[in-house]
Amino acid sequence: MKFSLTVNGQSRSVDADPETPLLWILRDHLDLVGTKYGCGIGQCGACTVHIDGEAARACSLPLSTLGDKKVVTIEGLSTDASHPLQKSWCSLDVPQCGYCQAGQIMSAAALLAKNPHPTDTDIDESMAGNLCRCATYTRIRAGIHEAARLASDAKNSPKAQLQEAAK
Amino acid sequence: MITASLRENPAALSTFRVSVVPPATAADWSRRGFLKAAGTSVGLVIAFQFTGKPARAAALDAAKNPSAASGTFAPNAFLRIAPDGSVTIFINHAEMGQGIITALPMLIAEELDADWSKVRTEFASTAPAYNHSAFGIQMTGGSSSTWSEYERLRTAGATARALLVQAAADQWKLPAAELSTENSHVLHTATGKKISYGDLVEHAAKLTPPEKVALKDPKNFRLLGKPTRRLDSRAKVTGTAEFGLDVKQPGVLTAVVARSPAFGGKVETFDPAPSLAVPGVKAVFKVPSGVAIIAENFWAAKRARDAVISTISWKLSDDARIDSDKQAAQFAALAKTPGNIAEKTGDAEAALKSAAKTIEADYAVPYLAHAPMEPLNATVHLRDGEAEIWTGTQFQTVDHMTAATVLALKPDKVQLHTTFLGGGFGRRATPASDWIVEACHIAKAARTAGITVPIKTVWTREDDLAGGYYRPMFHHRLVGGLDAQGKVVAWHQTIVGQSFIAGTPFEAMMIKNGVDETSVEGAAHSVYKIPARLVHAHSPKVPVPTLWWRSVGHTHTALAVECFIDELAHAAGRNPLDLRRELLPPESRQRRVLDLAIEKSGYGKTKLPAGRAHGIAVHESFGSFVAQVAEVSLEDGWPRVHRITAAVDCGTAVNPLTIEAQVQGSVIYALSAILYGEITLKDGRVQQSNFHQYQVARMNEAPVVDVHVIATGDKMGGIGETGVPPTFAAVLNGLFTLTGKRIRSLPLSHADWS
Repeated sequence: MKFSLTVNGQSRSVDADPETPLLWILRDHLDLVGTKYGCGIGQCGACTVHIDGEAARACSLPLSTLGDKKVVTIEGLSTDASHPLQKSWCSLDVPQCGYCQAGQIMSAAALLAKNPHPTDTDIDESMAGNLCRCATYTRIRAGIHEAARLASDAKNSPKAQLQEAAK
Repeated sequence: MITASLRENPAALSTFRVSVVPPATAADWSRRGFLKAAGTSVGLVIAFQFTGKPARAAALDAAKNPSAASGTFAPNAFLRIAPDGSVTIFINHAEMGQGIITALPMLIAEELDADWSKVRTEFASTAPAYNHSAFGIQMTGGSSSTWSEYERLRTAGATARALLVQAAADQWKLPAAELSTENSHVLHTATGKKISYGDLVEHAAKLTPPEKVALKDPKNFRLLGKPTRRLDSRAKVTGTAEFGLDVKQPGVLTAVVARSPAFGGKVETFDPAPSLAVPGVKAVFKVPSGVAIIAENFWAAKRARDAVISTISWKLSDDARIDSDKQAAQFAALAKTPGNIAEKTGDAEAALKSAAKTIEADYAVPYLAHAPMEPLNATVHLRDGEAEIWTGTQFQTVDHMTAATVLALKPDKVQLHTTFLGGGFGRRATPASDWIVEACHIAKAARTAGITVPIKTVWTREDDLAGGYYRPMFHHRLVGGLDAQGKVVAWHQTIVGQSFIAGTPFEAMMIKNGVDETSVEGAAHSVYKIPARLVHAHSPKVPVPTLWWRSVGHTHTALAVECFIDELAHAAGRNPLDLRRELLPPESRQRRVLDLAIEKSGYGKTKLPAGRAHGIAVHESFGSFVAQVAEVSLEDGWPRVHRITAAVDCGTAVNPLTIEAQVQGSVIYALSAILYGEITLKDGRVQQSNFHQYQVARMNEAPVVDVHVIATGDKMGGIGETGVPPTFAAVLNGLFTLTGKRIRSLPLSHADWS
């Protein structure tokens, strides 16, 4: 069956079994392999993407349920690794094997979008669905706090305040 | 994973010969292993030699640098400098999270005086030039990558630097001795002359490398020992790092396999029709490990597998009907009988008879899956008379040779490409090359069926967890003797568990007097000064494939030894720290890290919040020494680890940022096993299918891990595994202090704290 999807701001059409999980549409049909397969049952979070801005497990979302919802993957988070989480992940050396990190970052980005200054408890609640077998949790936590600080600094920069005032 | 004897006798692996025959089936392969298979040889036999080239000769083997492009300067197999000044380092070890993709370039860049911002990396091909400098095959394991490359890669960098200096000296007609290097430039201070490495590559490429180069005095290091950020972070935060599962080859098809429900089962009959009815399915056929489905994409292949499973009739042997509970009871009984002797110091039996007090304890641990986040996979493109393989592996030479045998090709007609590994932990260093053998069988059968494109064989998480190669189940029985003054006078430990070394090429080096070194490492020949010691080992044969799992034997020996030391202290009415200080030689590296962890944690001094307690442990593994203090509590009957204070002595610290990350990750890797980890079998069937049944620690369970590194310049050890072992005992010892209840089996999800 033919479907039209909005992925990373682009309209994409795919011809696939309607039951195919979004994860495999992204990986096998749209060549977006940044979103990872880890468990297939929504237990590990490696496949986390944004659906209309909410973190969701792509392994558990059949193609037929997506409709005109907007899908954002790690490839669409920024074009140049400039998202505050991508910056803090690099500066704090968060990744180890790196396999789960796209999912970690997508979950953390959804958290920060709603809660710009999360507490450790907020982080525990939002990130407990994302497994990391290398157990980079210590630095993921620090990376989220650091990204919150970077985003806040950017927002409060003189330039950003001028832009805000001009609106 | 590869342990002391290999490190002390590095020539061993470099000279022995391994015969490889195609196994009748993948299961046969794993059960019988290389050497037995050779003995029952049917069909093609290829003998190959692990060549043990002198490190320097290998490093200077410029012709072996497969990526050397014309117009560049590639003085050896490990680096290439382009006219634009970029320095490309060829990474010959697997990058599976441990940060070797950064540590190895640091070694070269230090001696090369390279501009760090111009350093790039590529994964090396599979070639003899990239063999492990001590073990003689291309591989990653035993926490050995950094120490084994410490001289070779520094020499590679220094050699390149010498040639660049000579090139500048020739151009300027100045003595090379007057020139210096800095930040990818050659300088002549007296005249102010300065030229970049990029501008020297053409000339340098024509020069003959010197026979000998001097390495820097460590006090002049600019990079080594400094916290240095990973080179692969950007790729990993943008989703562009290519793991095996991401390999994209033109026309690639996906294969999944319906494997035996119990180990060693064979397909008798099956009906391909329901699978072939699934749109996108290209072929369904029998392979040694089960029924393979080839389809246009993963989802079609998986649906087709779901459709075929109920049609398969399996032939299962009775001895495959394993019940792990019954097996645990058998192991416990076996532990009461003498086994092969792993250590005999003094007369422990007599000392126990005359002891004022004896204490007995039994410790038991289950099978554990590695469960790397990326399930196993391999892409194989079999063409006319040649093949290419892409996979994330820790064992390139073994996989390459084994693949060539299965494909009936000469090794030089098979190229093996290593990708990023989505975790390894030992699972991707399999002497039987299980997942690659299977992928090669599939490629062969597919070609017979007329499919000529590359095929990516993908394991689901369920396949990965049920697929074997577990940390073996182990049982330890300990009997200790105290004299009237509370001194430890005797130690008798009996260790029961499968050997995964038996039947592999490592047997000759790692099994001595019937004792598999990986079963007793960390228990036999302990540093503790106990006058009479006896360590026995049994290696019962069980048809469950087992393997090294991050920190190998130390995963259970550190648990048993360090908990039992606490038990002896308690029985003697003494503080466990005081007893350890009495038993450890004062100058030992164990003593040094223990004292540091105690100091940094405030053990015995800082008053902990109500309901919390400290536990301690110290252990040597992979040439490094780690002490940990765990701060624990019970919350609603569930153990919680709040903080681990770790002190680490790895001799030389190349990248402190990596060391911290590895120890943090190791502690929590151990914590997953402590809280939840177990693979159980009933009637031969693995009972855990996915992460809801094989749970691992999550963000909300992750303790704070403080890491304190001692860099002494003592003999260099490894860092990828050594943080794991002490955590087991530190946590259990803390929980005993807290509750007075001694838990002696894992995981704690079964513990009754009432």
